[in-house]
Amino acid sequence: MKKQPFRVEGLGDIERNRPIMFTFNGKTYTGFKGDTLASALLANGVILVGRSFKYHRPRGIFGVGVDDPNALVQIGVHGRSTPNERATTTEIFEGLIAKSVNVWPSLRYDILAINNSFSSMLPAGFYYKTFMWPASFWPIYEYFIRKAAGLGTVPKFEDPDTYEKKYVHCDLLIVGGGIAGLVAAHVSAKAGTRVILADERANLGGSKFNSEVTINNKPVKKWVSDIESELESIGDCMVLKRTTAVIHSDHNFVVLREKIIKPNNHSSHTMISQRLWKVRAKSVIYATGALERPMVFQNNDLPGVMLGSAVTDLIHRYGVCPGKNVAIAGNNASIYTLAEDLKACGANIVALSDSRKKSDNNENLAFDSEFPVFMGQAPICAFGKKKIRSVSFGPVNIDTAISQNKDDKKIDCDLLCLSGGYDPNLNLIAQAGGSVSFDTEVSSFNCQSIPKDIFLIGAAAGNFDLQDTISKSLNIVKKIIKQNGTSVFPDIVYQTKGSKSLNAVSPVWYVQSKKSNNKQFVDLHNDVTVSDIDLSVREGYKSIEHFKRYTTSGMGPDQGKIANVNALGILSKKIDINPQSIGTTRFRPPYTPITFGALAGRDLGDLAEPIRITALNVWHQESKAVFENVGQWKRPWYYPKNEETMEAAVNRECKAVRKSVGIFDASTLGKIELVGPDAGELLNRIYINRFDDLKVGSCRYGIICGDDGMVIDDGVTSRLEDKRWLMTTTTGNASKVFHWIDEWLQCEWPELDVFLTSVSSHWSTITIAGSNARNVLLELAGDVDVSNSSFPHHTWKIIKIFGVVARVFRVSFTGELSYEINIPSRYAHSLWESIISIGERYDITPFGTESLHTLRAEKGYIVVGHETDGSVTPDDLGFGWMMRKRKDFIGHRSLSRESIIGEKRPQLVGLLPETYIPEGAQVLSDEISGSDKQSIGHVTSSYNSPSLGIPIALGLIQGGRSLIGSNIRIIGPSNSMSVNAKIVSHCFYDPNGDRLNV
Amino acid sequence: MLNIPCPWCGLRSEVEFSSGGESEVIRPLDPLKKSDHEWSDYLFNRTNKKGWHVERWYHIHGCRKWFHIERNTITHEIRSSWPITEKHPEGNLSVSYSDREQ
Repeated sequence: MKKQPFRVEGLGDIERNRPIMFTFNGKTYTGFKGDTLASALLANGVILVGRSFKYHRPRGIFGVGVDDPNALVQIGVHGRSTPNERATTTEIFEGLIAKSVNVWPSLRYDILAINNSFSSMLPAGFYYKTFMWPASFWPIYEYFIRKAAGLGTVPKFEDPDTYEKKYVHCDLLIVGGGIAGLVAAHVSAKAGTRVILADERANLGGSKFNSEVTINNKPVKKWVSDIESELESIGDCMVLKRTTAVIHSDHNFVVLREKIIKPNNHSSHTMISQRLWKVRAKSVIYATGALERPMVFQNNDLPGVMLGSAVTDLIHRYGVCPGKNVAIAGNNASIYTLAEDLKACGANIVALSDSRKKSDNNENLAFDSEFPVFMGQAPICAFGKKKIRSVSFGPVNIDTAISQNKDDKKIDCDLLCLSGGYDPNLNLIAQAGGSVSFDTEVSSFNCQSIPKDIFLIGAAAGNFDLQDTISKSLNIVKKIIKQNGTSVFPDIVYQTKGSKSLNAVSPVWYVQSKKSNNKQFVDLHNDVTVSDIDLSVREGYKSIEHFKRYTTSGMGPDQGKIANVNALGILSKKIDINPQSIGTTRFRPPYTPITFGALAGRDLGDLAEPIRITALNVWHQESKAVFENVGQWKRPWYYPKNEETMEAAVNRECKAVRKSVGIFDASTLGKIELVGPDAGELLNRIYINRFDDLKVGSCRYGIICGDDGMVIDDGVTSRLEDKRWLMTTTTGNASKVFHWIDEWLQCEWPELDVFLTSVSSHWSTITIAGSNARNVLLELAGDVDVSNSSFPHHTWKIIKIFGVVARVFRVSFTGELSYEINIPSRYAHSLWESIISIGERYDITPFGTESLHTLRAEKGYIVVGHETDGSVTPDDLGFGWMMRKRKDFIGHRSLSRESIIGEKRPQLVGLLPETYIPEGAQVLSDEISGSDKQSIGHVTSSYNSPSLGIPIALGLIQGGRSLIGSNIRIIGPSNSMSVNAKIVSHCFYDPNGDRLNV
Repeated sequence: MLNIPCPWCGLRSEVEFSSGGESEVIRPLDPLKKSDHEWSDYLFNRTNKKGWHVERWYHIHGCRKWFHIERNTITHEIRSSWPITEKHPEGNLSVSYSDREQ
């Protein structure tokens, strides 16, 4: 095993007896169980891990958690390959394969690093300005820009692992398992509250791990692990590690994403990769801590420049000290603790700069003689190529560091730790509706007002004193426990010792320098520099939201977690407006990126959307039907015989119906039973035509309008008994119409005594259509008289077929003699097969939806959704007669509005085009040689009519009924298509209906 | 996602409901007495209130009952809910059916 040169003996939570081999950019390294990819790489001395987004500058690990802007890696291979994971949040496992993203051909020698040399030509807004002209070239530009930009690569194979979702309820959700969160969880769980504690890291305890700190006389790490095991033993308490709260939605609906560690990368088994928790919590406590802010100076992005908190974390969690000769720069007390930690690891501290004029409580005294301490100074410039070699410092003049140019003294170092203050982590509370604004006291954002049932504790609340944090947390938990109806508050004391509180910081926003090539990075991820902010201000983008979009500051995958406050501070200096007045950009979910897999969960493939099939589906499949999707339904489209084309099959099916008899599965039609003394009155109001005078045993076709007078559905309704009716709706509107009637009944006419029941799937509907339909029915009907005189068109009868009660409706959508047999769904398959065998001697032919639509178009029958589009009235369709002398139906008042009346309404007519034209084609009022350019309507349905042997179409044409007989022109979707046509009546076949009434 | 208090089923998640919009839209009892302008106003115009808003919801995947709620459009807080044909519990709001012109 290779030695890990930056590993420190005796520190960290890693399991040193469990080494793990992994690969980074093709090279194999060893880490330990418990390492993140970042800590293992740093332990091995790997400083360069990625290239920046725009200039392709070399970058190293900068932070230690979700805020790290640099170390984006592609993890895994084949289907398990995941782009843009953070090295800092990826735990290593045996066989892990990772590589840097956005580099070509390799990390060390990246071609596009040339961008860095031309950076003065690539300012903010470069793409917007440069590639605007000529507009038609954009696709070409885009190709190259996308090639050059881009981060990881999308995996080409299916992910073998699964993702799952869980829904849970709790009294209290605590986000963040630092000391504040742990205390809150401990007390509330003890009081019997149902608690969920979520922390995004693998270890609880947050950032307090200094061995000098004790809680109840236990070293803090020991205290944390004791509390953790205690929490796990309480039944109503759930501790979720590696779990990030990503979305806070209304009424405390919080989405958590749990990463599940994989045992290895080679398993052929399906594993659960991530779990999405959807939590509805009565109360939520955010104990999300604070994120450390970097400092802005020249070359502050060099590998080897790191956040102080990241280095502290690496030392205490992973036993990694990423430098030997360390410089420290900061503006607050945390740097002195860091110096102690580094010294304990045996590092040599070469310099420490503190931007404050003097430190509080003489914190620095202990180091006075050991290394240079620069009070009132800040870093000016870092030097080095692929890693830091030295740094220079300069004086601070009211929150701006001043470069002295000539005198800038370089101090050699291999690690520079920064602490520019702490930003309370307020993303989620802002998503929840908390108002966030700049607070000059802490030089950062603070939460000013918090929505109901949400609480903020610890560093997230701007509280950096441990004992004070604990007592404030206890008060909040007391309130929550009381709300939940528990009056007994557990008597637990948490006494801390040895913790240093963080006092005031003195911000240093940027360096004033005479150099023109000013590479002071504000947003490391998107390569936004102070010069970009200057440019943005010069060009007038001063509003924070405009500024963000113009410079792209805060728009990278880290969403500006470490950049936003510095960007605001610098902008405020540049435009001389105080940061409170500038405001903040909007915090949007998710807090950290989530993979689509986690969002989709198991709703993939066949489970992506429900599929609805009829009771006859097996027969259709065995008969090799080609299916059509109609909403969620799978409906037989046509039944090809001997490799027929669709056209041939439809032709054959239609001819069979016209000549002899066909059979059709109409089970998807919506069916609603209306029962009650007022059912007839309700139907009178729902339909534009009258229904209460319909006799028991009869059926009637009706049209339904919305209150705006536009047609929304149609169908046949039958009177089953005096107070029982059966309404049918179109397939697509079955559920919509049902609920729509329910709304009228409950909200407007509760005085009507009617019950509605959807019986769509209870009854299957088998239609037999054609002149031989009666001959087929005869053999099923037994003693029932089905002759034309006793069973005429638009009536229905109960017929016991093989002992099963069926309702047979004589209605027609094909224009032929036709019976719709409704039978309880469990008998549908056997009835269908019986009809097929009875019908053999008539060559009974199953037909699909395409043939049905062709046959109905020959008759000029409308299909809602084809001939209507939400702007078509009954009169437009030629149904004006239905509502003559009627009022008090839905839509009636609207139909007398001025804009609805007139000769120029689109009216349904038939069209006889010279050749087939596609639906949607536009109609012009003159013939091909004409010059008319204004459309007067469009084609709604178009077929080659098998019965007539010519192309036919239906269309909605302005004043169409008065144009019957005229010649017009139809132009297709492409300009080249132009066809002459004649306007005719919309019924092409058997206009007198003789075939219906035989 | 809202947590909606159905007067019959208690607090249930928004996915079980379907929204019916503003409750204060009152359908005229005799539409023919209304001018085109008044009728269009009923059909198409809504107040789009900022703040407390009375709206109606349908427990479409639950008890299938319509009811009113009072929701704050800024904070999404819901402070009351009551059956569709009843008056507001405090009687100070006009809502659809129960306040139709007589």
